[in-house]
Amino acid sequence: MFKKLAVSTITAAMLASSPDLAAGETGKIIDYDFSFEGPFGTYDRNQLQRGLQVYTEVCASCHGLDKVAFRTLSDPNGPELPDDQMRAYAEMYEIWDPELRDWRVAAGPDHFPESQFEGAPDLSLMAKSRVGFSGPYGLGINQLMNGMGGAEYVASFVNGFNGEEKFEAGSMFYYNEASASWVSMAPVLWEDGVEYADGTPATKEQQAKDVAAFLMWTAEPKMVERKQAGFVGVIFLSVLAALLYLTNKQLWAPIKRAAKEE
Amino acid sequence: MSGIPHDHYEPNSNAEKWMHRRLPIVGLLYDTIKIPTPKNLNWMWIWGIVLMTCLVLQIVTGIVLVMHYTPDADLAFASVEHIMRNVNGGFMLRYLHQNGAMLFFAAVYIHIFRGLYYGSYKSPREVTWIIGMFIYLAMMATAFMGYVLPWGQMSFWGATVITGLFGAIPGIGEMLQTWLLGGPAVGNATLTRFFSLHYLLPFVILGLSILHIWAFHTTGNNNPTGVDVRRSSKEEAEKDTLPFWPYFVIKDLFALVVIFALFWALVGFMPQFLGHPDNYIEANPLVTPSHIVPEWYFLPFYAILRAFTSDVWVVMAVEWLSFGIIDAKFFGVLAMFGSIFVMALVPWLDTSNVRSGRYRPMFKWWFWLLVVDFFVLMWAGAMPAEGIYGTISLIGSAYWFGYFLVILPILGVIEKPLPQPATIEEDFKASLKKKSGGGKGPSPEPVPAE
Repeated sequence: MFKKLAVSTITAAMLASSPDLAAGETGKIIDYDFSFEGPFGTYDRNQLQRGLQVYTEVCASCHGLDKVAFRTLSDPNGPELPDDQMRAYAEMYEIWDPELRDWRVAAGPDHFPESQFEGAPDLSLMAKSRVGFSGPYGLGINQLMNGMGGAEYVASFVNGFNGEEKFEAGSMFYYNEASASWVSMAPVLWEDGVEYADGTPATKEQQAKDVAAFLMWTAEPKMVERKQAGFVGVIFLSVLAALLYLTNKQLWAPIKRAAKEE
Repeated sequence: MSGIPHDHYEPNSNAEKWMHRRLPIVGLLYDTIKIPTPKNLNWMWIWGIVLMTCLVLQIVTGIVLVMHYTPDADLAFASVEHIMRNVNGGFMLRYLHQNGAMLFFAAVYIHIFRGLYYGSYKSPREVTWIIGMFIYLAMMATAFMGYVLPWGQMSFWGATVITGLFGAIPGIGEMLQTWLLGGPAVGNATLTRFFSLHYLLPFVILGLSILHIWAFHTTGNNNPTGVDVRRSSKEEAEKDTLPFWPYFVIKDLFALVVIFALFWALVGFMPQFLGHPDNYIEANPLVTPSHIVPEWYFLPFYAILRAFTSDVWVVMAVEWLSFGIIDAKFFGVLAMFGSIFVMALVPWLDTSNVRSGRYRPMFKWWFWLLVVDFFVLMWAGAMPAEGIYGTISLIGSAYWFGYFLVILPILGVIEKPLPQPATIEEDFKASLKKKSGGGKGPSPEPVPAE
């Protein structure tokens, strides 16, 4: 039954254009260090701003971010653009307004546009829809040590082209080491391909890490709040557990004493 | 209730008497919460409370999520992201609900294996067991339909595969599948009906849970020795039991809070750990994920479903004998539901009249092998359906059925049980001595097994 589902020419064709669906299992994923790893990790504001720049200058020509509202670029624990910069950024985009039935300049509450063409997936949740680590034997235990690896996957992917290319069925394909497959996305990052406003040297790896961090934020913008809630909850529950342990011990003490004395 | 002699509720004030004559609800609650409970319950008896808490957690978070969720194929995925991004605390609500389902299943599996080890399914608790199995089935249906609601790739393709199981039924299958889906394939009609049923079934589970509790309050709790509470007089009963409140409520609350601290850490620090990344890709009927896997809690049964391929001789024999009506696909479906059915029948398959596995030297080994088998099947279910994994699933499935249909019936006849303590009180005292390091006192008088 599964074979019947999986095998159809349409599926095969679609899979060829998005071969990284099953990735993260065989490809070469580099375990980059990110500031948001571990229970206390937070986003690095400057890195998110650099990542936004890479997204804007490189990725945005094909890929969209349609789950992300411009206003959230100013949210705490995000890129934290000042309000006026955020509005100026939004105004660079034109979006379709169904009420006006016309295009208009975007404002804070609007979302980033969708992907420009069909083959390019939306990037809003990309860092959560990929895992970098899944071993050993598919058990996923290494995720406990290294994290899910979504950002590592993204960084390894955009930096993972080895230069091989082939022309097949009317399109170009490029070999990517992170997904260990031929993909229709061309290599897009070059040394000094962007010029960072904060003066950070724009190596290929730096750009890859920055845009991966930015996409982790777009996928999980409330990560810092979530970890804080987790931390407060665990402390509260631990204290409560200690108190209940003592209560329980005291409650049972006379029962146990009586049973021992008899 | 419970047939164990104990103090009942007596209305004192006039107001209490007035109420009690009209609706004895206070008395009912009093007797429920003060039920005499065996003193010697160990930490495996805490999972009932955990499960009840999970049910309440799921219902409460679920009700709030529904306020923000949109059950529409075009909007569902975005509305979940709306909850994650814009709703106050929405990310916690959603992660609690998502991971809450996993805690629910982890707890129910431990609860079920507890019952299997200590013989909680044996007379007179068969009805409690059967109701429990219905709860488990309802939980699976609820979880499956809930997983469809975010409308990600795994939601969509999981729904396609699982409803396909009904399509495998000969003759009426295709009709039944169309009726379930509300159309020829998974679509908007499927999403809306699953949403409706996902809201309904938890309340069915709640009702069944009340019956489950009522049933074991009628028979009294089982306990680690499997020995019955003495019921001939109130004095004797009181030596074996303590009232549920406060002794077991506080004990259970302590365990519950420890488990919730771990659960909260999972939600706070690694909420995606047990989920599938593909479900963050919006459902697309044109792109099949290369590897469709259900959530971890379905994997053992998914492995059984896939184990019986057309090259297995049992499958070939059945296909030949049934003139091709039962093909490999339908056989797999029957095996999957059968694996739960044999578990439901265990009260009548186990021929031993010793309840607790503690006093069954051979049974213990087979039981722990079943636990290992469960995990092996879980792992095999997550692997691609090819090569060695098919063989492993097949061996695992064979043991699952073998345990219930062959090993349990035979063990009861050939096994020589160990002596059991005469009373619960004796076991309680012995466990205290063991813990305090004494251990040299007179050992409890052995009593030959029934």
